[in-house]
Amino acid sequence: MHADIIVIGAGTVGAAIAYGLARRQRTVVVLDGGDTDFRAAGANFGLVWVQGKGPDLPPYQTLSRTSADLWPEFARELTGEAPVEAKVALEYEKRGGFAFCFGEAEFEKRRAMLTKLHVDCGSNDDDFDMMERAELERLMPGVVFGPDVTGASFGRHDGHVNPLRLLRALHAGILRHGGTLLRDHAVTGIRSAAFGFEVEAAGTIFDADRLVLAAGLGTAALAARMGMHVPVRPQRGQILVTERVAPFFPYPANGIRQTRDGTVLLGTSNEEVGFDTSATATIGTKIARGALHVSPALARLRIVRQWAGLRVMTPDSYPIYIQSNEFPGAFVAVCHSGVTLAAFHATVLAEAIAAGMLPAWLSPFHPGRFDVPKAA
Amino acid sequence: MFRKLPDSTMKAVTLSIDGVRVECAQGETVAAVLLRQQECWARLSTVSQAPRAPYCMMGVCFDCLAIVDGVASVQTCLTAVRDGMIIERQRGRPEAA
Amino acid sequence: MSRNVDLLIIGAGPAGMSAAVTARRHGLDVLVVDEQPAPGGQIWRNVETMAATARGRLLGAAYAEGAGAVTRFRASGAAYEPGTQVWQVEPGPRAYMTRQGATSLVEARCLLLATGAQERPVPFEGWTLPGVLTVGAAQILLKSSGQIPDVPVWIAGNGPLPLLYATQLLKVGGRIAGFLDTTPPDRRRAASRMFPGAVLGAPGDIAKGLVWMATLRRAGVKIVRGVTDIEAIGGQAIERIRYRIASGDDVTVPAQTLLVHEGIVPTIHPTLALGCAHRWDAAQICFAPQLDEWGETSQQDIFVAGDGAGIGGATAAGLRGEIVAIRIAARLGRLSEGQAAASARPARGKLRRALISRPFLDALCGPRHAVLVPNDRTLACRCEEVTVSEIRAQVAYGRPGPNQVKAFTRAGMGPCQGRQCAYTVASILAEAEGRAVPDLGLYRARPPFKPLTIGELAALDETSEAA
Repeated sequence: MHADIIVIGAGTVGAAIAYGLARRQRTVVVLDGGDTDFRAAGANFGLVWVQGKGPDLPPYQTLSRTSADLWPEFARELTGEAPVEAKVALEYEKRGGFAFCFGEAEFEKRRAMLTKLHVDCGSNDDDFDMMERAELERLMPGVVFGPDVTGASFGRHDGHVNPLRLLRALHAGILRHGGTLLRDHAVTGIRSAAFGFEVEAAGTIFDADRLVLAAGLGTAALAARMGMHVPVRPQRGQILVTERVAPFFPYPANGIRQTRDGTVLLGTSNEEVGFDTSATATIGTKIARGALHVSPALARLRIVRQWAGLRVMTPDSYPIYIQSNEFPGAFVAVCHSGVTLAAFHATVLAEAIAAGMLPAWLSPFHPGRFDVPKAA
Repeated sequence: MFRKLPDSTMKAVTLSIDGVRVECAQGETVAAVLLRQQECWARLSTVSQAPRAPYCMMGVCFDCLAIVDGVASVQTCLTAVRDGMIIERQRGRPEAA
Repeated sequence: MSRNVDLLIIGAGPAGMSAAVTARRHGLDVLVVDEQPAPGGQIWRNVETMAATARGRLLGAAYAEGAGAVTRFRASGAAYEPGTQVWQVEPGPRAYMTRQGATSLVEARCLLLATGAQERPVPFEGWTLPGVLTVGAAQILLKSSGQIPDVPVWIAGNGPLPLLYATQLLKVGGRIAGFLDTTPPDRRRAASRMFPGAVLGAPGDIAKGLVWMATLRRAGVKIVRGVTDIEAIGGQAIERIRYRIASGDDVTVPAQTLLVHEGIVPTIHPTLALGCAHRWDAAQICFAPQLDEWGETSQQDIFVAGDGAGIGGATAAGLRGEIVAIRIAARLGRLSEGQAAASARPARGKLRRALISRPFLDALCGPRHAVLVPNDRTLACRCEEVTVSEIRAQVAYGRPGPNQVKAFTRAGMGPCQGRQCAYTVASILAEAEGRAVPDLGLYRARPPFKPLTIGELAALDETSEAA
């Protein structure tokens, strides 16, 4: 089977790139794994988040901001062009978001960090605000804040989306633009051919001019075959979700988000436990306590599910974008912020891949950065 | 929809369902009592607001959820009646606080 | 607070009680927790109160047997905590639970899951209307609350339970509008070939079924054979039912109560969550945990007994509980391997006899096609109100499995956690994608098994009692 481009991985990253390529009239084949593969896309919290991102790599703040700016148009396109019967409401909102602070010291530390980031990025707009508790109470009258909540930072460019709907809309979009999406097609062979690349999956050979590796934690092994060093490791994150309740929490926040359905998501954890997706009571308890710290009134909400997912982590936590030197035409895209960056992946990155060259401003995300020994 | 057999001889308990006093028997569950009412439903579903009544009576269907003494989404088929208990039918999504 | 015990048993039905009695006999420190307010499980629900009453006697000999089992359990010295919801089990084994609003952790040297079975979900159009209940629910209402439908009731289904309940209902003065037998004709034929063996092996079981049927006939109950489809119709509650008979014709009748039952399936939420290996039971059309001859799962020190190990009925459940407890006593050094083998021999013999009519029942009592793959308008997921057609529409997006369909449709994400739709979704996908249910698998099971409040979870204290 021939295509212009083969995308390996139909998670939020691979699907966004494939959707962007298909919209640009490229024939795309997307190869996906099995039902119970590690799927960060299915475990996501759903924030489209900018504030505080990239404290030690300002280009990441810029990248996140770029994607957040592209998001409204991307969301309109993705849902707007679908026929009525196939419309998937993304439940996307961009009203800004909160990061709560406990105590004056934390509040001031947060202010200092965001101010420095603002200056480092040369931002020229009001991208954040530090809000006192009284202001939070005014903006969120339905929330009874805990006694330790001093205030919060408010990120103007933050938003949220239903990450599962996003993924479904991307898959539908790929098909609508003539792309092919194949599940249970874990890749068993990959090589460069005379003209492009050959990929073997589920006993079939696929060939294409270009290749995009966006297989999350599976990317490292695939990239090595294409001469690229892509160090990724799993980092477990756990989330609790409550039953549906009447709307009361109008903004997304770090660790608390009420969805359009009414469920409340609470998160999360950062655990180095390898490839283990068990949800544990110990972490569940910590997350529950964190939620009560923000609002003791949450105590009566019922948790219906707790799950764990594996973040696709790089050594410095920032994304990796690279085109192979050895095999030009083979690209890698991995990150743990596939939702925030979806708009960027579906537009700017897809355009670059279609053109065959990554823009220079993405060079901070080249994995070569891991080979340089750190000074000090 | 259901009626109690006449030979049932158990200690009487009084509770209220949506403000209406209801006599029932020690040892039975709230869901069993609901099923004897004219309106036997326990909740309105959270998506389409359709009425739902106790269905499985063994804790696996979650259609008997109601507000018991102010606590929402209680499985009434696993909740024994108590004197003075206040039951409210749960209308769609409960309030968060 | 955390506690340590030799053996934690979850479930106080026939298997759990019998295991507790045997384990206590070997001197183990045993804790039994159960969701219900009194011991006996679903089969012997409320038997302590009910057995000695006139109505208890009407419920039959199999029910009365429960009284002795409960008495032996009460006298065994096992700690017993009713009204407990276990919401998480983790390897260790460790079990997290809530009782009267207080959360706690139990660390056990061995864990026995005796969590029994649930009725197989029976989805059809209108199955969520008030007035539609399962036969099991109606029988629980009779046992625990002494109550029966106040109007003539329609009973639709297959297997021993609808017949048993119908008989019990007639004895206590209830009325039956009609009995819709949904046993598929091909199953009846296949089962009839096993009939002689079953009669010779377990004449009692077979006789019971024949007696129940005769009772219904004598009472003049309208019996309709070969019903293939059912629909409940109504606005705020059921008003009519429509059913399709063998000839293909539809019949519509007024109805205020409809009771349905299509067999039972093992409770596998806990073993799925623990990551235990499971097997597909083709005869019973369900998954069950993979167990060794002692009832141990693929995870060391975690055991399953009773209907949760595969449907076998109360007698078999009690015997399996006994066998597992002997193994656990040996594991904890109270018996040698040889002593355990000798000690389990009588129970193994009785277990073989208890299961002798099972192949006949399995052949006769399988669900018809519409139970597994209902029509497009039916709600597959009661909680999130997702229709069969919405599930089927997902197939177009690259033949997804159940977990992807759950993510995309919210089917299985509500409070019941897929207990009412897991088999339905898997069966719909399997049929539409030309695959087999055992290859597709089920939803991943996630904690908590039963919803608990954020406050309850936050209050969990894992420090040990002794510390």
